[in-house]
Amino acid sequence: MEKNNMKKQEEYRIRRIIFKTLVYMFLVGFALFVIIPFYWMVLTSLKTYTQIQNEVPPSLWLSFKEMRFDNYPAALAAAPYIRFITNTVIVAAISTIGTVFTTIFAAFAFSRLNFKGRDILFLVLLSTMMIPGEMFVITNYITVTRDFGWNPVSGQTQLHSLLALTTPFMTSVFYIFFLRQTFKQIPDELYLAAKVDGTSDFKYLWRIMVPIALPTIITITIINAMGTWSAYIWPTLVTSKEEFRLVTNGLRNYYDSLLGDPEYNQVMAAAMIVTLPLLIVFLFLKKYIMRGVSRSGIKG
Amino acid sequence: MLEKQSNFRAWLYLFPALGLLALYTFYPLFNAFYLAILKDFNVLNRTFSGYSLVENFKIVFNHPDFKLALKNTAVIVFVSVPISVIVALFISVALNSIKKFQGVFQTIFFLPYVTNAIAIGMAFAFIFHKDYGLVNMFLGWIGIDPINWVNSEPGNVATWGRTMFALIVYTVWGGLAFKIMVFLSGLQSIDKQYYDAARVDATPRRRVFTRITVPLLSPIIAYITITSFIGAFKAYRTIVGMFGPTLGPAGARPSDRLVTIVAIVYEAIDNGATGKYSEAAAASIVLFLITLSFTGVQMWVSKKRVHY
Repeated sequence: MEKNNMKKQEEYRIRRIIFKTLVYMFLVGFALFVIIPFYWMVLTSLKTYTQIQNEVPPSLWLSFKEMRFDNYPAALAAAPYIRFITNTVIVAAISTIGTVFTTIFAAFAFSRLNFKGRDILFLVLLSTMMIPGEMFVITNYITVTRDFGWNPVSGQTQLHSLLALTTPFMTSVFYIFFLRQTFKQIPDELYLAAKVDGTSDFKYLWRIMVPIALPTIITITIINAMGTWSAYIWPTLVTSKEEFRLVTNGLRNYYDSLLGDPEYNQVMAAAMIVTLPLLIVFLFLKKYIMRGVSRSGIKG
Repeated sequence: MLEKQSNFRAWLYLFPALGLLALYTFYPLFNAFYLAILKDFNVLNRTFSGYSLVENFKIVFNHPDFKLALKNTAVIVFVSVPISVIVALFISVALNSIKKFQGVFQTIFFLPYVTNAIAIGMAFAFIFHKDYGLVNMFLGWIGIDPINWVNSEPGNVATWGRTMFALIVYTVWGGLAFKIMVFLSGLQSIDKQYYDAARVDATPRRRVFTRITVPLLSPIIAYITITSFIGAFKAYRTIVGMFGPTLGPAGARPSDRLVTIVAIVYEAIDNGATGKYSEAAAASIVLFLITLSFTGVQMWVSKKRVHY
């Protein structure tokens, strides 16, 4: 009886170890699937074009000596990437600052102030999140390029392109909703105490609420800025000159303008230049980004 | 709330956001319906020849690419979403069951979320490259000759099935991160008591998964499935990332292009100097109605089936 029991326990232990091993193998397998595109991009960006053409099958590893870092300066020189990156940073800064301010004010009104029609208005705003963005793009394109004249026949200026690229993205229903949730968690007692002290709403918002909700505001800032970095469709539509393009357009357009088989090492180097800043931001600020996504379900 | 109504002040705080939303969200929403009923709308002098409820929708339905767009969109939606939801579910359950390296795996699985759809699309196109790609190298190991997945060679242009396969792989890859994150936070909020009770009863793992984990996670599974379906209906950027604005390998037959409904909208907007805005509006309304009905069906199903 005793012996039988021990044997059973032993069997159970072995089965557990086998199961754990399988779980880890499964995870490692999918982790490789996720990493491969990045690895392949980096690896290719460090090869020479002849190496790519002549190695069949392609090599999966490069020693440090074999790595060709000169693909990067070559890729940067092949198209005005410095210009594209500068444009993107400016556009991201303007639209993100705008978004953060409009969001803070609106979230404050929805979470702290009492006004007629508040709940209905909030519901109306939320329901717009169900509507595909393409429905807005059509009219916004006409508004921006024709009604506001930000893409005139006489030629677009830098100011035109900046206005066209930023003003439609200076607020977001989703962020208002997200920040309102955070603001609502701040206890009412703080507000009452501030009122007793004669603090104005405005001061209370900036001195108390914003500092408390700072992690959420940082999350909004990062995700919005990353969104601008990856924007593609709208910038393609509303910028008419090469020099006003954003970095993702630059990347795709340059690649499409090449005839035949492009030099993949340089193309992948260019793709790396676009991807690397995102990865760096992510690795340093991953706490804020992952927190935002798992708490709120922000869509990509 | 605590205070008496302060209408004026509230509207002042709301003004910046509401002003922008009125201009760039609400007006365009109504205008889309308006544009869709105008006949022969000319954007240059804003003239049109009359109203018609069906004219522009007819144009969309008779669009040479419309059937293809429906087919492509349906394939992307109904193949990639179920696969990525199921895979993400298994990954997050596995991830939740381990202690060592959980953080490392979590970071890795999250990476696709923060990347640029265009840049990674280009990387995927190169992974599927006929001569230099990784996929054909793996296939070579098991003795399969190189397959032309995405490339365009004289007399040998990648066919629909192959480009679609490559796109689905990329779409699943891109969709995993968000789903895993949301599932994982859902799993972590399940009460440990259920699992303790199951352990006392020596319940087999599979039963724990099907009888505890999945039912308790079902609201989140339903939510993720709805949002993923809606997201997949709007597929466009991933396709541009892999194939460029031509939406297929150079020289592909028109019926082999990976046109989607959103692609029809954008191609109509970006059509020469004047654009076909009424057609674009009608196509976007079609997209809206499809996603809306989908949300409706999904909500109805989840109300019936989902455990709360």
